[in-house]
Amino acid sequence: MHKRAPAWLGKWLVSGPPLLYLVVFFAVPSLIMVLASFRTPGEFGGLAPLVDESGAVDLTLDSYTRLLSEPLYAEIFVKSFWYALVTTVVCLVLAYPLATLIAKSERRHRDLLLLLVILPFWSNFLIRVYAWMIILGPNAALARAVNGVLALFGHEPVPLLFSAFAVLVCLVYVHLPFMVLPLYANLEKHDQSLLDAAQDLGASAWQRFWRITFPLSLPGVYAGSALVFIPAFGIFAIPDILGGPDDSLIGNVIKQQFLETRDWPFGSVLSLVLTVLALALAGLAAWIGQRGVGRLASGDA
Amino acid sequence: MRKRSAWLWTAALLAYAFLYLPLVIVVVYSFNDSRLNAEWVGFTLDWYRKLFANEEMLLAAGNSLLIGLVASGVSTVLGTMAGIAMYRYRLRALPILVLTPIAIPEILMGVALLIFFVMLNFTLGLVSVALAHIAFCIGFVAIVVRARMAGMDESLVEAARDCGATPLQAFVHVTLPLIMPGVIAGALMAFTLSIDDFVITFFTAGAGTVTLPLQIYSMIKIAVTPEVNAVSTLLMLLTLMLIVIASKVSPSLLRSD
Amino acid sequence: MALLEIQDVTRRFGDFTAVDKVSLSIRAGEFFTLLGPSGCGKTTLLRMIAGFDVPDGGAILLDGEDLAQRPPEGRPVRTVFQSYALFPHMTVQGNIAFPLKMARTPAADIPAKVEEALADVRLTGFGKRFPHELSGGQRQRVAIARALVTHPTVLLLDEPLAALDAKLREEMQIELINLQKEVGITFIYVTHDQTEALALSHRIAVMNKGRVEQIDEPDRLYGLPRTRFVAEFIGTCNLLTGPVTGSADGVVTVDVPDLGPVRVSAQGAQATRPEGAVAVRPEKVRLHAPGSAPARDNHFTGAVTGFLYQGDVTVYMVRSERGHTLEALLANSGSGLAKFFEVGDAVELSWPADAGHFIDG
Repeated sequence: MHKRAPAWLGKWLVSGPPLLYLVVFFAVPSLIMVLASFRTPGEFGGLAPLVDESGAVDLTLDSYTRLLSEPLYAEIFVKSFWYALVTTVVCLVLAYPLATLIAKSERRHRDLLLLLVILPFWSNFLIRVYAWMIILGPNAALARAVNGVLALFGHEPVPLLFSAFAVLVCLVYVHLPFMVLPLYANLEKHDQSLLDAAQDLGASAWQRFWRITFPLSLPGVYAGSALVFIPAFGIFAIPDILGGPDDSLIGNVIKQQFLETRDWPFGSVLSLVLTVLALALAGLAAWIGQRGVGRLASGDA
Repeated sequence: MRKRSAWLWTAALLAYAFLYLPLVIVVVYSFNDSRLNAEWVGFTLDWYRKLFANEEMLLAAGNSLLIGLVASGVSTVLGTMAGIAMYRYRLRALPILVLTPIAIPEILMGVALLIFFVMLNFTLGLVSVALAHIAFCIGFVAIVVRARMAGMDESLVEAARDCGATPLQAFVHVTLPLIMPGVIAGALMAFTLSIDDFVITFFTAGAGTVTLPLQIYSMIKIAVTPEVNAVSTLLMLLTLMLIVIASKVSPSLLRSD
Repeated sequence: MALLEIQDVTRRFGDFTAVDKVSLSIRAGEFFTLLGPSGCGKTTLLRMIAGFDVPDGGAILLDGEDLAQRPPEGRPVRTVFQSYALFPHMTVQGNIAFPLKMARTPAADIPAKVEEALADVRLTGFGKRFPHELSGGQRQRVAIARALVTHPTVLLLDEPLAALDAKLREEMQIELINLQKEVGITFIYVTHDQTEALALSHRIAVMNKGRVEQIDEPDRLYGLPRTRFVAEFIGTCNLLTGPVTGSADGVVTVDVPDLGPVRVSAQGAQATRPEGAVAVRPEKVRLHAPGSAPARDNHFTGAVTGFLYQGDVTVYMVRSERGHTLEALLANSGSGLAKFFEVGDAVELSWPADAGHFIDG
């Protein structure tokens, strides 16, 4: 009556359906995008049929040569890189004291303090962007105060909204929780006796931080940086809503290629470059993080 | 030491203020009796009244709800399977396929699916959006379920088999009840992510279909009006409710250790 | 006819052979123990009997039927897990009823059977509690009740007492012996604790590095160890090794370096190899003040280098003239007497040839 089912049966019954779904709706679309990057746009934009009337499959490197020959796009990648880098650094500076405080607070307060960091992340993304439209709006108190001060020095009023400043503030605002969480997870595990020992040996507060706490927290710093940098690098909604004409980032250009210019092959090339860069950065962060942990564990850090 | 913690508290308080002040302003101005989100004039519920008379908005909300329910339902089933499989078996492809959609910028998945649907002549609309949402929600559910599996004593499944349960019976009577808090938390998470998603929806919805975030987007692209504040406040309330439920079901979800 | 036949069973994990051609036969109604240090393969063997693991070679036969194709749920074998593995989301009743439900017992019969099982392990009245509301010993008993409620042919117990404190462990040992007598089911017990194995079992298989070293009754295992490993693993032992220099009149002589020639009754064992060992338990070694030792087959002089006072007995470490250290155990039977000798005292050691045990090789 009872027969032993082969071991692979359970494995495939459980992993098969999600695997199949993700192959169809993630792996295949990604591969199609790779294929699309070697194609030409259709007559009315989008993508020309894969097989033309003569039955030939026509592949071209046109979109790739265009990327290399027009410096505008390299410049946009560099600009996006800078925006993401500034966002990451500011997030790190803001998140460090916050994560330290949560890690050092009493155990019964920690859940609440941490929840308070996560909660805004769960509110709608667009609402969080919209909030900054209000705060930075030309009639809002902040803009009037800033421009009032500027006027004292005889300076022309500056718009806060639709500027690089607005984009960066919102980028930091949206990504801050991603930096706090891994930092906290790391700092929470630190052994207080190390710091006590250092103090015993005469290390000042700053030395204790710079020589002990910070190096030990590097895995958390790398993880948080990856979690902030990668989505910030590919962001499109924030510059789209809060940015001025000069604040177009790579995400905006991709959106433009797909929905406005409708040059899908070129859009695909830009998307692929973004994917490769994002995955390379994620891999790099994971690799540095692991190496760092290994070195710390073996004691030669 | 005391001086140092005072410094820390100040910095942390500023950070919390930075996190919450914008949201508080959105909520407060939703009750403000002025078209301009600039200064407090007086209390009114007008914006909420306008909101509920706005048929486009109601249609968008209905669409979002429908997509959210379908996407969270399907992705919870598939994500639970993926979470169990990733914990129990040595797999190469599945973890990569589950985690990459979360790791890369959202826009990439949006445009890849846009090409995919158009190439297949698949009409963009509610169905394509739901299919896309399922694909990125699977990963979030899988992560929560896998964490729950890791916290479960694996010998309980063997004990069930030992007591005469078939693999399916062991799953239904032992594994599933024990990982249920994780499954429910994952489902609520998927629902929230689906309701809130803007970027992927933006690319896969096509011209005729509107969801709540798409509606909010087109409203703020035109003008900042307190009606957006009102719908934002309601959405925040909904999310908060879901989080409270999730934390009741699965306290460990929000626990620091 | 044996109830459970294990024939040449082998299990490998990569390059590591966890169980290496093990053969055992276990009789119906027997309390059988697999004893060995951690990593010796005893738990792997138990898991293969339960069906959680599959042998790479050999066969496991129950009542003559090969179990290879039977999944765990298809075997009349139940396991008591080391962690007890009680279902945390079910009450005690729910846990015990679970195997009955899986066996499609009519719903009306279940409560009575559960009550009966609870009574068997003296937990009547605890049915509505959840596992986390029970003590370690109570959880242990629920696990046993759950395993026995469907009357399996064989009960497997994987270090079931390891998590209990010493006092409770002793109580549970007696309970297990009585329970096994009552239900008459074959128990296969896995432990690394030799005193536990000696106290509980009808027969013991001592395992080392995936192989069975010796299968015997507890007293024979202790008194007549067949290998050096068994002699040293079961209890403490003076293991005196050296070349075999003589074998006559049923007495073997082993020339132990640093000590001298040791004579031992062969008791049927043959010296087939040039090397041999004599196992002498510390309690068989007599200690005397110098000059007072009676003439015995083995007689050495030495000095006390240390002792461990253990209350009822004291263990003395004695270094022989030529430098070999032996252990001798003396009962502190005299009133108010804690020890007979001090460190540095010169003493004489002696034991008759039949107090030792010869191990070939």
